[in-house]
Amino acid sequence: MTHNIQLNSEGKLKHFLTIEGLDKALLTGILDTAASFVNPSDGQIKKVPLLRGKTIVNLFFENSTRTRTTFELAAKRLSADVLNMNIATSATSKGESLLDTIRNLEAMFVDMFVVRHAMSGAAHFIAQQTAPHISVINAGDGQHAHPTQAMLDMFTIRQHKADFSKLRVAIIGDILHSRVARSEIHALNTLGAAEVRVIAPKTLLPAKVETLGVTVSHNLTEGLQDIDVIMMLRLQKERMTSALLPGESEYFKCFGLTEEKLKIAKPDAIVMHPGPINRGVEIDSKVADGKQSVILQQVSNGIAVRMAIMAMAMQHNGASA
Amino acid sequence: MLEIPALLNNLETELKRTIAERRLVNPLMIGIRTGGVWIAEVMHQRLAMTEPLGLLDISFYRDDFSQIGMHPNVKPSHLPTNMEGRDIILIDDVFYTGRTIRAALNEIFDYGRPRQVIFAALIERDGKQIPITPDCVGTRITLDAGQRIKLTGPAPLSIVIETCGK
Repeated sequence: MTHNIQLNSEGKLKHFLTIEGLDKALLTGILDTAASFVNPSDGQIKKVPLLRGKTIVNLFFENSTRTRTTFELAAKRLSADVLNMNIATSATSKGESLLDTIRNLEAMFVDMFVVRHAMSGAAHFIAQQTAPHISVINAGDGQHAHPTQAMLDMFTIRQHKADFSKLRVAIIGDILHSRVARSEIHALNTLGAAEVRVIAPKTLLPAKVETLGVTVSHNLTEGLQDIDVIMMLRLQKERMTSALLPGESEYFKCFGLTEEKLKIAKPDAIVMHPGPINRGVEIDSKVADGKQSVILQQVSNGIAVRMAIMAMAMQHNGASA
Repeated sequence: MLEIPALLNNLETELKRTIAERRLVNPLMIGIRTGGVWIAEVMHQRLAMTEPLGLLDISFYRDDFSQIGMHPNVKPSHLPTNMEGRDIILIDDVFYTGRTIRAALNEIFDYGRPRQVIFAALIERDGKQIPITPDCVGTRITLDAGQRIKLTGPAPLSIVIETCGK
């Protein structure tokens, strides 16, 4: 693929579907723009008139609270009009095809789709099919990618750790089913992290995971050594189609992050989790609520980072479209 | 003809006169990034103002987003959270079309309703497009349509006139 569908002819962001194919300068530009939305004195995000008159549709084919809500808040802080489409109760459940739904929304002069779908590649498909002036943002597609989550995590890391090139980052848990993990690995490697280490039982790792540019450990106690950033993943019970694990309590014993295990990492390590957290399954409550946890900061940062991505994807309108 | 020290002296004199005429009380000075901040820093010192200088980045308020997109290197504005009832001195380096000031006023009013705002520019050039005029200027000049004037700085401050169009 020589032409990157995510970029316009000037190399500016048009769609945001995956971290793959985006360079360090662009990712850094997203982080810098996000930072500029945050008032440095009180951390608040002020409403700005950047996308006034634009219409953004949250097209969620899969349930989500955090992601949809922060996308909605981000769009509103940019002064856009937002429509939330709950697909389960809409026309697709009456038999309308996805493309017909898209065509109808286009006819309502929509400027951007924010898409979450259980099928990998859904956002990419919509980006290919939709009218040329419309931008598509991937809010999670199947097991493929969740690029805005990865960017808000990069933003959160940068708030605590100045230099990516010195960082050793551990991603722990269900890598196999995790679109978040894939996007995090691409983002960390693009931004030049010293090491990305995945820690998981063999059954929860994709085949040839090393080719993504990671080191692998199957033991949490060994794997946490020298780690600066700990990214926990949710044990995705609803995606477990076969018995990959002996049981939840067994999993917690081996791969659950407890205060004791946390001590193995560097003393100033931060603990992250994309949510929703399963307390007592992948993370102990004392760690989730502890002082090294930045889990709620990740949620707050979702607003500024999604504002940056939406504003940057929208600037292709008029410029060259 | 455009000597920075003389222009700064003119602007200082005009500002002092306008502050007295308009009876500004405990004014808050705000510079517009980037060149306006440099001028505001000088005026802030010369007028011996005590409250820290406010910094305004109007990139998110520009009216040309749909034509030219996002500006690179946007920085957050640093303004007091409440500007309700305040007297404000807004400062920019070059006044041209007036659109920057329109954007700046919109942003300021998002922080509250000031009691009054005065606007000072080091240089006013011809070509305004909306009904806004500076209250104080260091000088007024006329340029050819293809010419562009800009301030470089912060130290030393100097004025560059470029002829555009290839």
